Amino acid sequence: MDNLLSIITFLPTVAALVMAVFLRGNDEAAKKNAKYVALFATSVTFLLSLFVIAQFDPQDTGFQFVENRSWIMGLNYRMGVDGISVLFVMLTTFLMPLVILASWNVDKRVKDYMIAFLLLETLMIGVFSALDLILFYLFFEAGLIPMFLIIGIWGGANRVYASFKFFLYTFLGSVLMLVAIIAMYIDAGTTDIAALMNHEFASGPLEVLGISIGGGLQGLLFLAFFASFAVKIPMWPVHTWLPDAHVQAPTGGSVVLAAILLKMGGYGFLRFSLPMFPVGSEVFGPMVLWLSAIAIVYTSLVALVQQDMKKLIAYSSVAHMGFVTMGIFSANQQGVDGAIFQMISHGFISGALFLAVGVIYERMHTREIEAYGGLVNRMPAYALVFMFFTMANVGLPGTSGFVGEFLTLVGIFQVNTWVAMIATSGVIFSAAYALYLYRRVVFGDLIKESLKTISDMTMRERWIMAPLVAATLILGIYPSLVLDIISPSVEALVSNYAAAQPLDVVAQASSH
Amino acid sequence: METIILFAPLVGAILAGFGWKVIGEKPAQYLTVGLLFLAALLSWIVFIWLEPETRTITLFRWIESGSLSIDWAIRMDRLTATMLVVVTTVSSLVHLYSIGYMAHDENFSDNEPYRARFFAYLSFFTFTMLMLVTSDNLVQMFFGWEGVGVASYLLIGFYFKKPSANAAAMKAFIVNRVGDFGFALGIFGLFYMVDSIRLEDVFAAAPKLAETQISFLWAEWNAANLLMMLLFIGAMGKSAQLFLHTWLPDAMEGPTPVSALIHAATMVTAGVFLVARMSPLMEYAPYAKDFIVIVGATTALFAASVGLVQNDIKRVIAYSTCSQLGYMFVAAGAGVYGAAMFHLLTHAFFKALLFLGAGSVIHAMHHEQDMRNYGGLRKKIPLTFAAMVIGTLAITGVGIPFTYIGFAGFFSKDAIIESAYVVSDYAFWMLVIAALFTSFYSWRLIFMTFFGEARGDKHTHDHAHESPMSMLVPLGVLSLGAIFSGFIFYSSFFGDVEKSREFFGMPEHIAAVEGEGGETAGSSHGGEAEAEVADTSEHNAEETVVAMSEHNVAMAGGAVAPQGAIYMRADNMVLEEAHEVADWVKLSPFIAMLLGLGTAYMFYMRRPDWPRRLAEAQKPLYLFLLNKWYFDEIFDVIFVRPAMALGRFLWKQGDEKTIDGGLNGLAMGVVPYLTRMAGRAQSGYLFHYAFAMVLGIAILITWMSIGGGVE
Repeated sequence: MDNLLSIITFLPTVAALVMAVFLRGNDEAAKKNAKYVALFATSVTFLLSLFVIAQFDPQDTGFQFVENRSWIMGLNYRMGVDGISVLFVMLTTFLMPLVILASWNVDKRVKDYMIAFLLLETLMIGVFSALDLILFYLFFEAGLIPMFLIIGIWGGANRVYASFKFFLYTFLGSVLMLVAIIAMYIDAGTTDIAALMNHEFASGPLEVLGISIGGGLQGLLFLAFFASFAVKIPMWPVHTWLPDAHVQAPTGGSVVLAAILLKMGGYGFLRFSLPMFPVGSEVFGPMVLWLSAIAIVYTSLVALVQQDMKKLIAYSSVAHMGFVTMGIFSANQQGVDGAIFQMISHGFISGALFLAVGVIYERMHTREIEAYGGLVNRMPAYALVFMFFTMANVGLPGTSGFVGEFLTLVGIFQVNTWVAMIATSGVIFSAAYALYLYRRVVFGDLIKESLKTISDMTMRERWIMAPLVAATLILGIYPSLVLDIISPSVEALVSNYAAAQPLDVVAQASSH
Repeated sequence: METIILFAPLVGAILAGFGWKVIGEKPAQYLTVGLLFLAALLSWIVFIWLEPETRTITLFRWIESGSLSIDWAIRMDRLTATMLVVVTTVSSLVHLYSIGYMAHDENFSDNEPYRARFFAYLSFFTFTMLMLVTSDNLVQMFFGWEGVGVASYLLIGFYFKKPSANAAAMKAFIVNRVGDFGFALGIFGLFYMVDSIRLEDVFAAAPKLAETQISFLWAEWNAANLLMMLLFIGAMGKSAQLFLHTWLPDAMEGPTPVSALIHAATMVTAGVFLVARMSPLMEYAPYAKDFIVIVGATTALFAASVGLVQNDIKRVIAYSTCSQLGYMFVAAGAGVYGAAMFHLLTHAFFKALLFLGAGSVIHAMHHEQDMRNYGGLRKKIPLTFAAMVIGTLAITGVGIPFTYIGFAGFFSKDAIIESAYVVSDYAFWMLVIAALFTSFYSWRLIFMTFFGEARGDKHTHDHAHESPMSMLVPLGVLSLGAIFSGFIFYSSFFGDVEKSREFFGMPEHIAAVEGEGGETAGSSHGGEAEAEVADTSEHNAEETVVAMSEHNVAMAGGAVAPQGAIYMRADNMVLEEAHEVADWVKLSPFIAMLLGLGTAYMFYMRRPDWPRRLAEAQKPLYLFLLNKWYFDEIFDVIFVRPAMALGRFLWKQGDEKTIDGGLNGLAMGVVPYLTRMAGRAQSGYLFHYAFAMVLGIAILITWMSIGGGVE
């Protein structure tokens, strides 16, 4: 099937349309049907995506499953995946059925909810497989809408503030990106991503409003894309939308947000910033590294004092994304391998952590850490799963959390030992906030009256967690499953990046 | 066979942890015990019939990224074999002991299943510890390193209903992470310099590292010294050395078998193992070695001084452990790795014995741990008493000087003190005074517990009873170890230079001994010139001359890792010189031991009023020691509170005020508009808004593409 990628991408949309057209009424049966249709569609999407990964040839560093046809108004519809993007597609298709299952108890506007998630899946897969700049932009920006709705309609008490904050932040970034895309089109004459990766954007000196921009046009383009991706991933100091969005989002929304949506930022850096603006990346890379280091320590410290479980995990996500941006801009094999691995791994781990919060939120309707304590007494299975992901979150070797963190740190140590040291101190802070959370929620005697009747995880909840536990463990013990797929593409990316650096920097250094 | 040793505990942990509902709680316990004894038996077989060459068994790939390639693998040599024996033997005995000790526990109600979980944790710990000691690369070692940390965390916090246990568990994990921070940086640095983290490659590169500068943070450093120091920070955390020791006494919150296995015999010695394992690098890192000697010696004295005044029986032994670990580090830092490993081995036996004995006392006294409430117990629990005395004789190093008759500690501790004398006066005196303290607090423990009048709750004393067989058998076996292990292994680890080189599989040295014989045997290495050898064997010439001669070796010999489990450089004559020290040096620990015993006897047998009078006369000093030099309080003020305060500041002032405030200010003009929008959104207009947005994007793109098309 040479249009497999499109089928995977749009299958959820087709299901959403079917639902929108054929499912009527708001009775129990209709709700049930909506859930089953969504579960079925996402599961089939996942099964189909297995064909992609099975046929994917890691040694081929070019794009595979490429589709190229002209579309409306002179635009081209180009899709394809390489070693960098294919696993993000897999991550998305793998998680979506679990997210649907986790939303089984949603009661408000079930059909709309499921449609929103199905559309979101299409847009997310689209982001990771679009090979045309405008197509990418469409998917990237449109992805905001369902998420915006999910928070705004099914969110918590303060959802409107959160969803607008979320929207405002991300939209400001994307306006700049749009301008950059136009500039790129004018400069290169194409919006084909593969062609753009081979196009050399000018990097000579450039002055804008009396300020000289390092890296010239590349520097400007880099900054424009950076504004968008840095918000998305998010980097310090443009991260404050994330804790609010998480707190207000329903469980399913939080999972998708943490596990997949954030990765669009990291993916963007890898797909655009490094290969298309290597000189710009080199100029602004040190700044990104320092921002990452600050993010790791800053957000870990803030996580330490949170009183809301979801906020704590959200801040922890920002810290983990700090490792990702740090790895990417180390621009060496270990750093970039580690960054991608960290993003995949964080998809499982943070997804599971938000699901874990969802489990007790559904029972107690509060996220206040203070309201819990001693859950292990009545919820041993939950305690075990939560412990497992807590440890994975702090990067325990043997879980996937370790591999990404370790590789990014190996990568950065070769570039900047200051940043490496600051980032490594994150292992101390992460242990502190994660174990502190666990201790307050799960350990201790069960004293609070309200918790006396709380029940352990249901079968459904266990089946949601099981694949995530397995994935985290298997990738921790045998990470080659992922590394073998990404490494060749990363190697090509890294060597092209190094080759694109102007020699005159070296020449200047030696002439003085 | 090695694979079975390694995975038997893991199988036990999984079956007991997840399968106990199916197979029942009791069978789950026996299963783990059986598997551990199997592993112990196989370990002894491996240890006794060990081939001199290092073998590596590769299991499968782990992490591969660019030139970084890490396998799951088993490295078998003398160090590994020694650790296998120590870990599996003590672990199997502790498993057995726990059947009796954990049979009833007042921390859990009757219908709560906790036993299988306990055994699963113990077995899981053993597995990770074995992964640590069998590793052939630093990252797998780090896996074991953190794995034992988690097991320790789970077991310290085993009584999860007790807030103090939860706090202690957290503290242990986080303080250890401070050490791991250094360890991790060391690994990154080694990979950066060597382009591999396999031990073989690192060892081969050690001579080059000694000549290479590495730029780290603000300065250029000698690579070997810096990297060894970073790794040692990890060892300081795991082995509770000064500044990173605060977690170990608190770790006593865990059940006593845990203290015996993890916080005395095995996990806490991982740091010593690491340093010994890295001996080929250590030998090229003179400053790191000096630093390790100083930290070890200071810790030995510090911990022993705190141990003098503690009243909780387990805390006394905990500080004792901390102190004994200091001894081991002094030996390792002095370059006498054999002596360090020797003390590690004997200490495992007698300290596990002391802890399990203390557990038996606690068991008899219904979980009373305050020695002030003990007294006169020797008649009530005679077998436990006997075991504790044997343990005390071993730890205080009782033996007849200048002969081969003595308890385990007599051999290993004296070996360390003699080695310390060769390298550092400071270390020597610290260790001798620590030996005096050790003797005092150990006998104090015995006298307070087993002699004198029964104190405290009368009811408890009346019901004090000897422990069941499952607890007494391990005490008996460990007693044998505490008595004989020193005598049996003395010559292999330390006593006989040639034999110990052979024991650790260092063939080039054996050949040299045969060729030249006598004193300078050890210093002939590779194809060095004789003149240099003469120079290098002089202790003080170490720094300058060696750097040159070793340079030649590296150039000539190429980069091949030295053979054998440990490596001692040609000029490392500490082992030989330790045997040559003056008689008064050899006698000094014995005298210290006698002084300690005598003082304890006077204080707690003859004149029981003396301790209180001394404490009152020297109140500040007493409080200083009782409060463990105020480390916890100081750390609380300089680390814990500021971290929390900074976190709150960054959250409220940074995130909410500055960043969000700034954003709000920026968006001030838009806010009224936003609120109007918000009002609409709530009433369901959001879809219209979303539709408008899609439309907006579409229009933008259309405009773009048409514009582009025209061009």
